[in-house]
Amino acid sequence: MSEATPVVAQTIPSTNGAQHGAIGDILLNVHGLQMYFPITKGIVFQRQVGAIKAVDGVDFSLMRGETLGLVGESGCGKSTTGRAILQLYRPTAGEVVFEGQDLTKMKGEDLRKMRRRMQMIFQDPYASLNPRMTVGSIIGEPLEVHNIGATKKERQERVQELLKTVNLNPYFVNRYPHEFSGGQRQRIGIARALAVNPSFIVADEPISALDVSIQAQIINLMEDLQDELGLTYLFIAHDLSVVRHISDRIAVMYLGKIVELAQRDELYEKPMHPYTQALLSAVPIPDPVIETQRQRIILEGDVPSPANPPKGCRFSTRCPRVMDRCRQDEPVFKDYGGGHFAACWLYEEGNP
Amino acid sequence: MTASATTTPLVIKKIEREGKEESQWRIVGRRFARHRLAMISLVIIIIIFALTLLAPVISPFSRDAVDIAVTARPGPPGTLSSAGEVHLLGVDHLGRDLLTRVLYGGRVSLTIAFIVVIFQELVGVSLGAYSGFYGGWPDGIISRIVEFLLSIPTLPILLITSSILIKTDAQLPVPAFVTNGLARFFDSTPQDANKVLVLCLILVVLGWTGAARLMRGMALTLRGQDFVESLRAMGASNGRIIFRHIIPNGIAPILVNASLGLAAIVIFESALSYLGVGVQEPTPSWGNMLASAQSYMFQAPWLPLVPGIPLVLVTVAFNFVGDGLRDALDPRLKR
Repeated sequence: MSEATPVVAQTIPSTNGAQHGAIGDILLNVHGLQMYFPITKGIVFQRQVGAIKAVDGVDFSLMRGETLGLVGESGCGKSTTGRAILQLYRPTAGEVVFEGQDLTKMKGEDLRKMRRRMQMIFQDPYASLNPRMTVGSIIGEPLEVHNIGATKKERQERVQELLKTVNLNPYFVNRYPHEFSGGQRQRIGIARALAVNPSFIVADEPISALDVSIQAQIINLMEDLQDELGLTYLFIAHDLSVVRHISDRIAVMYLGKIVELAQRDELYEKPMHPYTQALLSAVPIPDPVIETQRQRIILEGDVPSPANPPKGCRFSTRCPRVMDRCRQDEPVFKDYGGGHFAACWLYEEGNP
Repeated sequence: MTASATTTPLVIKKIEREGKEESQWRIVGRRFARHRLAMISLVIIIIIFALTLLAPVISPFSRDAVDIAVTARPGPPGTLSSAGEVHLLGVDHLGRDLLTRVLYGGRVSLTIAFIVVIFQELVGVSLGAYSGFYGGWPDGIISRIVEFLLSIPTLPILLITSSILIKTDAQLPVPAFVTNGLARFFDSTPQDANKVLVLCLILVVLGWTGAARLMRGMALTLRGQDFVESLRAMGASNGRIIFRHIIPNGIAPILVNASLGLAAIVIFESALSYLGVGVQEPTPSWGNMLASAQSYMFQAPWLPLVPGIPLVLVTVAFNFVGDGLRDALDPRLKR
């Protein structure tokens, strides 16, 4: 892994972080995160014949109160990164330092207590709520698990309060998930995540399953909650315009690695990595005149298999600006000024 | 203008209905109630069960009392006893009152069915949920055992095991109050009651596989769902996930399986008793009553009908209840 990253990462100022905590107050530091899933052969005597390198060396840090957008195409390891940070998958290697403690080294009861501080919002609002439970017991469950609230009545009050926080009617406690629309269910999911008062929320494509008209409501709700409660988000998505709206900084992933990370506007205006450039060129512009003149960079070929990533730069097989060096050496993920990180040989001294 | 004025109250009425929502089980109950055949079947089962419970009230005769005064053995319905009472369904080849015996036989047959089904579903659900949820080698072992048990033909193995256990007078080590309670209920000796329990054990050991496979499948699909992931993210224990979430979500096919299982067990018990390795005389069961009726079937054709009709009624009714439950629990059918 690149040695420069963790040191520089800590010096990145956050635009939004200042509102909720001191500048430089790092909530989460991910260093060298790797998540490999074994490929096994055989039925009785299983042996490992390879590994899917879903996440292969990811470094970044998050300031308190900040929103980091994580974008990339399907299967690039965005969701796996989110889940590995929350220890829903135990990472193969790397450190996840959250509020000063390395989660990868924690187990059992310690880790369970830490789960109060970090929560997750899921993509599919239909699958993420238990269909046999009432809304009240769904939102109340984390309270029971962590023994929050002394009496049942106290918990009920807290549940109603949470429903109000996500702009739902507190009378809905006795209803079942199937009685709600997708947007309402997503609000229930958010209320459940908020129940334990977390400081950090991984939002795993929280709006991609929703109607476009509902997406804005959920995004606005998440922003309001961030202002009220000082939440920190890792916002995983593939809708670039939504990510631009909500994020302070944005990281672009390709095949298990972050290829570029920068302040939101910096990234959209001056993308460095050819992959980011291609990705951004695909965003439609809501102006027919400009839209017809838009130059799209169309990538050739498919994403290589994460079980067997290409040598050198992972993007070298599809990159329109590929050089010989890219196929040999892996580019270093480093700061090219003002907290604009990229992993690309194009910007190295001596290269055209 | 006037039209809009009259429609407004309707809207207000709808908002008033907040907070009181039907639970899912009440919806299921309502849908079941609409399944006519299943409801009739349920009523039939309840009536038969109530009749067997009321056996001493309905019939003045004691279970094993042999009426020597009756010369026609087996005697037709309406035969008078020495004391002048009517044997409503006649007497068997030994001169015992058939109504009394069929009622007590029902107690035995239905009790066996309920005990066996409860235990086989309990064993099946817990092993199935465990193996489906955790996977890995425990799942491998449990699944292989299930496949082994399913691959051997049931009746021969039941015959062999029960003939070994019943003929050697094996006793199940259960607390005395259980055997004594059962003995009082069956109006038999504690030893005979224990034999019934041995039979139950055999049926449970060979019968839990269906529930285990169903529950394993449910657990496998459920454990990959986002709501289980959310439980892990909130720090819920595996026990909580299994008992509060996996099992309640997978219970619907188990209930259907159980009600069909009741019918199957009644038949199995009767088959074993009929073949002489199930419930042993003098404890009556519908199966061994059929067996003893067999020899007199041509002189006394009503004899096999006495245990046969309730047997058919109960099994068919349990099957219809199962069908009704299946329809009522099907989430794809709304309302």
